[in-house]
Parts: sequence; structure tokens; C-alpha cells
Amino acid sequence: MVGYGVPMETASTKSIEMVIEIGGIPIAMQTTDPTFIAILKKRYGDYVNAVTNPEFTFAVDLVPPDTFHSDADAEVWLSNGEWRLERGDFRASWNPESRQGTIRQSSNPYSFDSVLRIVHTLLLARTGGFLLHASSGVRNGKAFLFSGLSEAGKTTMARLAPPDVALLTDEASYVRKVGDEYLAYGTPFAGELGEPGKNISAPIAALYLLAKSAENRIEPIETSMALRRIMRNILFFAHDKELVQLVFESACAFVTKVPVFQLSFFPDQRVWELIG
Amino acid sequence: MTPADKYLAKSSDIAARVLGDETIIMSSIDSTLFSLNATATVIWQAADGKTPLARIIKNVCEEFDVAPERAWKDAEELIEKLVEHGILLVSDHPIQQ
Repeated sequence: MVGYGVPMETASTKSIEMVIEIGGIPIAMQTTDPTFIAILKKRYGDYVNAVTNPEFTFAVDLVPPDTFHSDADAEVWLSNGEWRLERGDFRASWNPESRQGTIRQSSNPYSFDSVLRIVHTLLLARTGGFLLHASSGVRNGKAFLFSGLSEAGKTTMARLAPPDVALLTDEASYVRKVGDEYLAYGTPFAGELGEPGKNISAPIAALYLLAKSAENRIEPIETSMALRRIMRNILFFAHDKELVQLVFESACAFVTKVPVFQLSFFPDQRVWELIG
Repeated sequence: MTPADKYLAKSSDIAARVLGDETIIMSSIDSTLFSLNATATVIWQAADGKTPLARIIKNVCEEFDVAPERAWKDAEELIEKLVEHGILLVSDHPIQQ
């Protein structure tokens, strides 16, 4: 029975949609909470795309902050064709076939940001790309990546960048294979710098593996060593044999195509004289 | 099982790529990486489940001018390590894959 004069949706339950496009892949999120939308709009800034049709849509179910109590690390696995993403602060699922997903989390941008990162790692794995622990910037139309584990100098390189460098990220570089070349895209995934990268892309000219030193020096590095170092720095969370093999193949293809060097550097602006 | 009776096969839970003189193998179970030098690469590439280890070692000795005793010792150590990590299968019969 349909009641007369009773709206099917009240203002408080109406779903609001926002599309966030990273790496050329638009993903929509829907929530009923305008305050949460406002938080995300501020965080994702230039990456919010109001006109593109999303490739995937996530319904975000905001729950009270004390709903989940665990500090558990992220676990990602495939179950009956659906990805399950769980961490201490969120529970999410995503069906690549239906292109729909759900996220249960409290009203904070960090949990959503983590889900977004994981989803992008899954999408990139099937297309020859990956998210790499690396800062990156564009100079003279070419992208340069600076990779290393914590404290290696990723954020330092970003901070030292001269004004003619457009920073793509100081934390997680977005690498996509497009045709025969590799492109780096800006990401909103910020590290210590706390600022989103510029939303642009450029062909990758070189990847530098960082090491702090008393002097600035660029040295060639053997392809097999480059592969080992890159594999340590690729962000990937899924327990999935097929995708892990694909990520390995992607890393192999990358190091045979893109020049990889060791960059020993003293942390001042002179290091950028060697780049570009 | 005597060493000469052994047959080797690659696990399906791996990904491998030859880069220069090395072969890099990754276990897709735990993402562990292994690096094989040129000699070990010959053994790895010949691990087809059908070729007896004795014939593989003979090829290694001829290709790298290594004494058989040394080649056998090195091969046994390599095989033990790879089997331990689940990336190589070993049997006293040919292995169907």
C-alpha cells in the first residue's frame, strides 16, 4: 500500500553522490551525510569531477565511531567474485562485475582514503600499472619518480622541488601503462607534506631509488636489482595469487622500459640540478 | 631416491622473469623474491618435470665447465632451498603439469 502525501525519501535520507577521478578512473561515492561530502570535497579538491560518469560506485554507510574496535591491518581477498576489504576502521566490499560496492566506516576521510587506495591497486593490477611508494613531479613535460621506504627522502625531494616542478604526490605515485609508455598521474594521496598532488599526468622519464648521502650522485642500477627494489615499494594488499603474479609481471615490464637509477643525495636544493 | 632419479618441475604458485644473466622468481604465496644466477637459471629452465636431474647437471657441466661433483653439490643446495619455499617440485617420477 502506498500512503498518500508521504514522501518516499526525506531530506535526511536522500543519497548524495560525488565522483572522485584519480588516474583517469572516476569512482563515485554515495552517502546521505552532506557533512561527510563536504569533508571529502575539501580533501580531494581538484580530483572531484562533477561531469564524468563513474566507472564504479560505492555506497558509504556511516556508522558510529566506536562500531569497530580493532587495530587490525588491511586484509583484502576475493570471495565469490566480490572483493572484501577489511581493516580495523572499515569493512568494504566491491563487485567488479556489477561495478558496485559498499563501505562501512565512521565519518572520517582517512578510512575512505584507504579504501580508495586499495581499490585503485586492484584496478591497476589488471592493466599493467601500480601504486608505488614514491614522490613524483613533472618537469619540462616529463615525470620523475623518487622511490624508497620510510625515511628514504620521498617527502624531502618533494619539499626541495623548485617552482618549475609540478608535484604529483609526496607519498604514492600512480603509474599506468598507456599504449607503449608509462604515465605518472597526480594523486590526492598525501604523505607528510599533507597536500594533494597536482591533477595532471606525464610520461615517466626516470625512476630514482633514493639513498641519503653526503653528495649528490646518480648511478645506473642493474635491472634485476631495480626489480627487487621496486617490488618492495609497490603498494599491494590483496591475497590473490593471480593478481600478485600480474603485479610482478607489471614491475618486470616497467623496469625493462623505464630507466631506473640510484639517486644518492644530500638534502638540499642542489639535488634537483641533476633531475630533468 | 638417488640424485640421478630426480625430476624437477616449477610450482604454479610462482612468477619468473629472466633479466640479464639472472632469473628473478617470485612466490605468489608470500611474495618472496629469489634471484638465480646463470648456472641456477639453466637448472630452473630445464625443470620441466620430464628431464632427469642427471641430464640437467650434465648440461650444466658442459656449458659452464664445472666439475660434476661441484655441480651436483651446488644443484642439491639450490633444489633444497627452492623446494623449501614451495617454488620447485621434486619427485622420483616424471611430474605431469
